Amino acid sequence: MLKIENVNIKKDDRIILREIDFKVSSQEIYGILGPNGAGKSSLAYAIMGCNGYRPNEGKIIFDGKVINSLPIWERARLGITLAWQQEARFEGITVEDYLLLGTKGADRADVEGALQNVLLDPKDYLKRKVDKTLSGGERKRIELAAIFTMKPRLAILDEPDSGIDILALDRIIEFVCNLRDGGSTVILITHRADVARIAERAALIGEGSLVKEGPCQEVVEYFENRCLVCPQFR
Amino acid sequence: MQDYQMMLKAYQKAGGTPDIFKDPRIAHLVVNQNNVLGSQSTDGLTLTAKQKERGVDVDLGVEEGIRIAHPVHLCFGVLPKEGRQEIRVNAFVKKGAEIRILAHCVFPNPIKVQHVMNASYTLEDRAVLTYEEVHYHGLTGGIEVIPQAKIKVGKHARIMTNFLLIKGRVGRLDIDYQAEADENGKIEMVAKVYGHGDDKIRVKESVRLFGEGARGLIKSRIAVRERAESEVVSELGASAPNARGHVDCVEIVQGEAIAKAVPLVSVLHKDAQVTHEAAIGRVNQKELETLMARGLKEEEAVEVIIGGMLK
Repeated sequence: MLKIENVNIKKDDRIILREIDFKVSSQEIYGILGPNGAGKSSLAYAIMGCNGYRPNEGKIIFDGKVINSLPIWERARLGITLAWQQEARFEGITVEDYLLLGTKGADRADVEGALQNVLLDPKDYLKRKVDKTLSGGERKRIELAAIFTMKPRLAILDEPDSGIDILALDRIIEFVCNLRDGGSTVILITHRADVARIAERAALIGEGSLVKEGPCQEVVEYFENRCLVCPQFR
Repeated sequence: MQDYQMMLKAYQKAGGTPDIFKDPRIAHLVVNQNNVLGSQSTDGLTLTAKQKERGVDVDLGVEEGIRIAHPVHLCFGVLPKEGRQEIRVNAFVKKGAEIRILAHCVFPNPIKVQHVMNASYTLEDRAVLTYEEVHYHGLTGGIEVIPQAKIKVGKHARIMTNFLLIKGRVGRLDIDYQAEADENGKIEMVAKVYGHGDDKIRVKESVRLFGEGARGLIKSRIAVRERAESEVVSELGASAPNARGHVDCVEIVQGEAIAKAVPLVSVLHKDAQVTHEAAIGRVNQKELETLMARGLKEEEAVEVIIGGMLK
């Protein structure tokens, strides 16, 4: 479904991603692992087509079509979407309206179901605003609920576990599996080995380069044994 | 009679519900140019309007301790393409009284129209006044709107003003509100305006917190596009112990539009505090990209963001 072919990205004259190369198959959970600052979010922005993250070299191929030059919204209409690690806040927009944005034929029942999926009671949240009155954890869950309502073909989840309390972690893992079971392919970005374990395959990124790629178990073990032991990765 | 019906039509177009003018429980006033077309008082509330040589004098009074159950509806407008309206409002809310006023100002086809509002609001101790003013100016832009108000808020009293001009063109808008609060008095002033074409927007709101424990908030949300210009001057001074104030200004600029924000904050007592935040410029890139990642084109995403901000 998605092929990243030798992608290099420069930002402010600095190479932030170097020769990134991997494939994601349809309806799999693909993990992107790496310490903070490794380039995981930059890779997510490159796949989504964010401003300043177009490849200088290499190709991003979705369903056999090179999408390097497509703007974000066109990629979104192909079925790609991104749940940001630091979510934007929107003054005056209700949770219900936010969840319905960009969806095709979704209704109130879909929105309620999506909120329940992330353990938020629709009665309490539908009319709340997606603004700074929400806590970080609430905002994170609403972003995940928005992804669930969209039913994307490819969902890039950038650290969905950040800002979520440990008790809710299992629920987030369940959410990712539900998303995949509902027909979506998921790129799961995390620096938590325990979360990454739900992926079928994974890539380990370090300092902008692909360190290891393959079955998730192997990549996670490599990450735990070779990376997490290094002081700078802790 | 024909003018009255036309005013109600324009009022409905601006978002109002004309049926409320038939309800005997609801105080109201309808003025086209400087002609009073209808008015009604209710128990505990006096609302009178006198046509003068130059403008209309409006007196509004609420008796002590009376809570007016239904909002008072005011409908001001100039129906012809040219004309001038001058309204002088003197509102007095006595001790412990509570009232909500909804004003709709409708100017459907202005080519050369001027609307001047000169208001004085006095709130005695523990009184509460909510004043919402919604404007509709049509699409021609040939209008000048000059609302001025002087507001006095007594001890433990509270006023909230909300000025909204987000449909149609603005023309030239020059708001000048000045308010002061005594001990534990609260003032909240919100202005939301969307300028297009060569509209010119100036919003000057000034709050003085001279009573102990007084609170003040000045909030402005302005969006300008094409060649429109906006200037927001928010002046907030606190001079008493535990007085707290906050200025919150957001201006979004598109096309060749220009925006300025001038926060003037002052603290004249060691136990008072005033804070301010202002964001001026294009739409936040992160907000934009978040919505575009949901399939909205850039211009659609901008409209959603501005629409939310001005809601």
